[in-house]
Amino acid sequence: MWLPLPRGPLSAEIIRRLRGSRDEPRVDVEAHHSADPVTDEDLQLALWVLYELHHRSFDGVDDRWEWDPSLLALRETIERRFETSLRERLEGQVRAAMDTTGDVATRLFALTGAFDGPAVAEHVQRRASREQIAELLVHKSIHQLKEADAYTWVVPRLVPEIKARLMELQLDEYGNGEPARAHQTLFAEALRGAGLDPTYGAYVNDVPAITLAGSNAVSMLGLHRRLRAAALGHLAAVESTSSVPCRRISAGIRRVGLGDEVAHFFDEHVEADAVHEQLAVRGICGALVAAEPGVDAEIMFGALVSLDLEARFGRRLLSAWSDGSQLTLRLDVSEAG
Amino acid sequence: MVRASESGDGVEIMVCPGGPRLVRGARHVVDDEGQTFAVHRPVVAVCRCHKSTRLPWCDGTHKLLPPERTP
Repeated sequence: MWLPLPRGPLSAEIIRRLRGSRDEPRVDVEAHHSADPVTDEDLQLALWVLYELHHRSFDGVDDRWEWDPSLLALRETIERRFETSLRERLEGQVRAAMDTTGDVATRLFALTGAFDGPAVAEHVQRRASREQIAELLVHKSIHQLKEADAYTWVVPRLVPEIKARLMELQLDEYGNGEPARAHQTLFAEALRGAGLDPTYGAYVNDVPAITLAGSNAVSMLGLHRRLRAAALGHLAAVESTSSVPCRRISAGIRRVGLGDEVAHFFDEHVEADAVHEQLAVRGICGALVAAEPGVDAEIMFGALVSLDLEARFGRRLLSAWSDGSQLTLRLDVSEAG
Repeated sequence: MVRASESGDGVEIMVCPGGPRLVRGARHVVDDEGQTFAVHRPVVAVCRCHKSTRLPWCDGTHKLLPPERTP
């Protein structure tokens, strides 16, 4: 993957540095303010680029940038704004989730079951055009091609019992020893089947901040030991809001005449995530609360980060579609797909 | 009713309240009619509400049922 195009001073500075030598004099990025970090194009792209240094990074970029203190300091500043905005926004909902009775599994299922998100999967099942489904795949490609990876960063931070439970789930994500069955690989096949580019990071220039924010949130929660409980809450929410929507999306894919190779990723998630939600909610989060009493609110926060960002993305996507428009920035999906 | 079978020791079965039965460590499951289904993952979720579109596996449909009809 090549470095993306900058979207403002923050991302321009980071990309400029990454293109050059690590030894060149550093220029501090001026204080950057935005009303909402989640929808700030420059901030989210800057953060996405910084996180990508920890994933698979970019062609022509020195690997040592990953642990460069000046970039880590910049990342911390951006992360603080991002995390603070999420905590302030979700504080009331975290409290409400904590006020419901029952153990952590009961609370998580109550939270994900009652959350009122936009009906993207229903729209895809019944009404979306082939171009709209291609556009959904473009947005999803930003994260699905590194699906599961950030949760793997959490493993060393856990006690052995929870490591074992998390790795059991992750093993399934990575194909149970068969690379062709790995979910990331299945998503690349879905892109190829829809006539889209399956290359890692191919569409980063085409998706807006809200799409990048969903991916950045997972990387943030996974990279910080401090946020390990929130990372596992995020995992639990993702898994327990997947089976039914994936079944609907799969039906929509077949309705518009896209083939099994596109639907297979979603079919696999119907079945896999019906298992994973139970493992993540009851096994992993349940065991985490037993091992580290008092982390319930952090688990709920992580779950709400997933639900909230997915809902905000979905509302924008459906709004664009209802206007006969698209949410992608530059790409014309009617030509791409 | 589906039973886990044919993997000898080490098969673990957990019933999820309101949801599926998790089966860990099985190589096959056999449904009421004697049909055998191969297991391809470390743990499988076997439907208990009988409404799944991917029987014998759970597909999350139990969440769409009214509370009195969940397993």
